[in-house]
Amino acid sequence: MPAAAADLGYRRRKLVDRLARGFCIGATALAVLPLFLVLYYVAEKGLAGVSWDFFTKMPMPVGETGGGMKHALMGTLIVVAVASAIGIPVGILAGIYLGEFGQGGKFGQVVRFSADVMAGIPSITVGLFVYAVVVLTMGSFSALAGGIALAILMIPTVMRTTEEMLKLVPAHLREAALALGAPKRRAIWRVAVRTAAPGIATGVVLAIARISGETAPLLFTALGKDYFSTDLGKPIATLPVQIYNYAISPYDDWHQQAWTAALVLVFMVLVFNLAARALVASRGAKR
Amino acid sequence: MSSNESAPAAGRLRVRRAPWLAWLRRHEVNVGDGLFRMVTAVFAASAVVLIAAMAIELVMESTPSLSKFGLSFLWSSDWDPVAEVYGALPYIFGTVMSSLLALVIAVPIALGVAIFLVELAPRPLARPIGFMVELLAAVPSVVYGLWGIFVLAPWLREHLEPFLAHTLGWLPFFQGKARGIGMLCGGVVLAIMILPTIASVSRDVLRAVPAAQREGALALGATRWEMIRAVVLPYARSGILGAVILGLGRALGETMAITMVIGNRAEISWSLFKLGYSMASVIANEFAEATTDLHLAALAEIGLLLFGVTLLLNMGARILVWRVSRLPGEKK
Repeated sequence: MPAAAADLGYRRRKLVDRLARGFCIGATALAVLPLFLVLYYVAEKGLAGVSWDFFTKMPMPVGETGGGMKHALMGTLIVVAVASAIGIPVGILAGIYLGEFGQGGKFGQVVRFSADVMAGIPSITVGLFVYAVVVLTMGSFSALAGGIALAILMIPTVMRTTEEMLKLVPAHLREAALALGAPKRRAIWRVAVRTAAPGIATGVVLAIARISGETAPLLFTALGKDYFSTDLGKPIATLPVQIYNYAISPYDDWHQQAWTAALVLVFMVLVFNLAARALVASRGAKR
Repeated sequence: MSSNESAPAAGRLRVRRAPWLAWLRRHEVNVGDGLFRMVTAVFAASAVVLIAAMAIELVMESTPSLSKFGLSFLWSSDWDPVAEVYGALPYIFGTVMSSLLALVIAVPIALGVAIFLVELAPRPLARPIGFMVELLAAVPSVVYGLWGIFVLAPWLREHLEPFLAHTLGWLPFFQGKARGIGMLCGGVVLAIMILPTIASVSRDVLRAVPAAQREGALALGATRWEMIRAVVLPYARSGILGAVILGLGRALGETMAITMVIGNRAEISWSLFKLGYSMASVIANEFAEATTDLHLAALAEIGLLLFGVTLLLNMGARILVWRVSRLPGEKK
């Protein structure tokens, strides 16, 4: 082959390489752009409405300015607390089974697969399910129903992280505990789980962050009302549902409230995510 | 044992344990361990039980509609709660259309991100960018919806849609009045929301491609891109397909953001500027207010459809992804 032709071919290949790299870099820039845009607008529009009243007052009737979202903040706290109280223990215990007993077994395989599939089920159908099982049985929309719906969404994440983290615990730690005469359950609970605790906590924090922004499954479980309530048996307002209702309303005041609520919600989610990061970094645990 | 010393009452009780327990202990059957294992197994079973229970419950909820409309539910476009006639076609159309649009936008970008993170980015850059992509998935759906209504939709109306109508207006997709809200806005918001899923699963799949494969290609004189195209992507192909299907599943079931920006009008049109409706949106909008059993059942049937389709998609995708990451030569 003449040298010039070979050179041309090489140049062409190099150019294609450059273009492809350029595309990948451009795509990455384009992908993270919405994150900054969303954060920017939420901060810009939301900050205007941040005041002491927002956290301590109830909403005003239409036409009057001011007021806050005390009830929705409280509601989100309650619903997420209920979800955590159910979802975390179930997820961790199930994860212990997968990590400690279910390696290689058929049942473990089926459970692992189900958990992965469950993580992809639309949250609104979880809402339909909880409506039929809890709301119809109890005879009313309730904070409890909302919490159960969120707990179901939480379980797969917590389960799988617990398993992954337990798998990272070196076998010799368990063996040492067993050699010292500890029964297996104690070797798992006091040694393996304790060693994996920071990793498990990370998974739990991420799961809480995820569910605290969930809206769809709450629409017909917790419903949401414009009064302050701490009663688990009654409908309860939550931040995400409130954002939704205010966003689609025709009132500018409500839009402002929605942006501020979104700012609070995003701030919460960001803090949770950064906390999870810090948790991982602090122990030097691997992801 | 220390617990016995600190609590003598409990200790004394323990001495008089049931004879069968003593028998088990003597024969070295550890009751506590067996119990512990059983308890964790019961909780582990919850994943399987919940999926089965959801399927059964949704079928039961939608029975009136299933038996009254049969298959015509899928291709009838009449949805009239007053006349008690329900057909889900416009909603199915809206969901499929917006999800496909989201895939068209998100897949190339997500693949670019995954390739950048695994093959090109220097390590100190790859970690923070990976974190940012994860954060994109962490922003609540309702916040994307809010942003979609008040920021994205006006921008689409003022800039992108007039531009598309001007340059590509002869295509059936870009006709009609620029409204901002509508199918296009829904597709873009969905694309933003499924991008992190596709990107991060593809990234994990690409990482599972053995280094020796890459080195082989480079040693033969391939440029980096040739190596990616000839070796890395074919090796990871089925895993990437799995990632795309996972993204599709997410798009189909996404509710809040799409409800807020798609326009909520049950119309079938090829134009992306038109308002549409989606399956999840109609459930979100009507379920809490539905009064008749048939209306509830029809909405539940849409939910059942959504559940069934996403379940199958997720099962398929998981199998594809698992297969790639379990191939020999896996590096962790």
